[in-house]
Amino acid sequence: MADAFNFELVSPERLLVSEKATEVVIPATLGEMTVLANHAPTMTTIKPGVVTVKLASGQMDKYVVFGGFADILPTGCTLLAESAVALSDITRETLQARIEAARADAGAAADHEHRTKLEEYLAQLTELNGAILPA
Amino acid sequence: MPSLKDLKNRIASVKATQKITKAMKMVAAAKLRRAQEAAEAARPYAERMNKVLASLSAANAGNAEAPLLLSGTGRDQVHLLVVATGERGLAGGFNSSIIRLARDHALKLLAEGKTVKILTVGRKGNDILRRTFKDNIVDYVTFREVKQLSFANADDVARRVLDLFNKGEFDVATLFYARFQSVISQVATAQQIIPAKFDDAEASTGSAALYEYEPSEEEILEDLLPRNVAVQIFRALLENNASFYGAQMSAMDNATRNAGEMINKLTLSYNRQRQAQITKELIEIISGAEAL
Repeated sequence: MADAFNFELVSPERLLVSEKATEVVIPATLGEMTVLANHAPTMTTIKPGVVTVKLASGQMDKYVVFGGFADILPTGCTLLAESAVALSDITRETLQARIEAARADAGAAADHEHRTKLEEYLAQLTELNGAILPA
Repeated sequence: MPSLKDLKNRIASVKATQKITKAMKMVAAAKLRRAQEAAEAARPYAERMNKVLASLSAANAGNAEAPLLLSGTGRDQVHLLVVATGERGLAGGFNSSIIRLARDHALKLLAEGKTVKILTVGRKGNDILRRTFKDNIVDYVTFREVKQLSFANADDVARRVLDLFNKGEFDVATLFYARFQSVISQVATAQQIIPAKFDDAEASTGSAALYEYEPSEEEILEDLLPRNVAVQIFRALLENNASFYGAQMSAMDNATRNAGEMINKLTLSYNRQRQAQITKELIEIISGAEAL
């Protein structure tokens, strides 16, 4: 039995999850990473993707997050997501609406650097769309 | 001396007003609870964010290449005042105390020869500030149509602020809102959001851990600072919302009580006058009978 640690998923609106977990998979910007107990202190930004949490009770939960960052300590892991939804609650329409909004933003962006960033975000969203909602 | 009928009408109208203020108080109380819950729910995120940023900025303190959002432009010539008020009135001194603080601040800056730009959030503030600072208002956001404040609303405001900043339109941004202390006390507050300021106490506890950064520290900082502006604005909006309903609740409570007092007074004089009239009629009857 792997050691448990505190896992918190926080969005600006509220605290979504605060539980003991044994394993958390985070979609970090530089690639997915799995957090176990006693992880070295790490700070990383996250991209839109799926967070998989294995609770101490053995239950697996999945959440979709849209950007944010993670604060990982040996004793716990806090995920500050810009917005987060349980995977079961997400629908094709809401995701599509986000993609449309991101596309509109990217089109309206004034400077080049900003647009590159938005386009990257858009690509990540589209990829996410394909991954969790197979056509 | 008003006639009996006049008094009766006035009592009826004050009673009607009292019913309205009472209903408004109840509604405000219910909404206040929700607003307070929302403000509390948002606290963990803001606290974490602050802690992380405090430790990051402490590490970047001497860095000349630090992002402008953190270190500032090095000038303080142009000030942006983000004034968040309510959409509606009937909330006691809520709107006016925020506006007074903002106006005093603006006048002080103008007296020092600084340029002042104002971004108003909320209809009330916009209406009132437009009278004095018509030329200084650069943008106006209203949440009239919004039922439940969400992070997206704050993000919208933040984006406008950041856009202005990136275009070099201002050097220092200050946010004005009412901090919620309790139902009876809301404090109008000014908070500087750009360049970002953090509590030192939190910085010292946050920097204890040696972090690995992924990607680099600078990139994370660049990503987080704009987000922090949105978070601060979000928090201010939520606090403002709770303060608004708190102020409205106590204002309506006062109004209901005043109406009650007024009804008592009016009823008293109504009864007196009725009594006087009865006495007068009796005298008339009696003296009429005696004359026979």
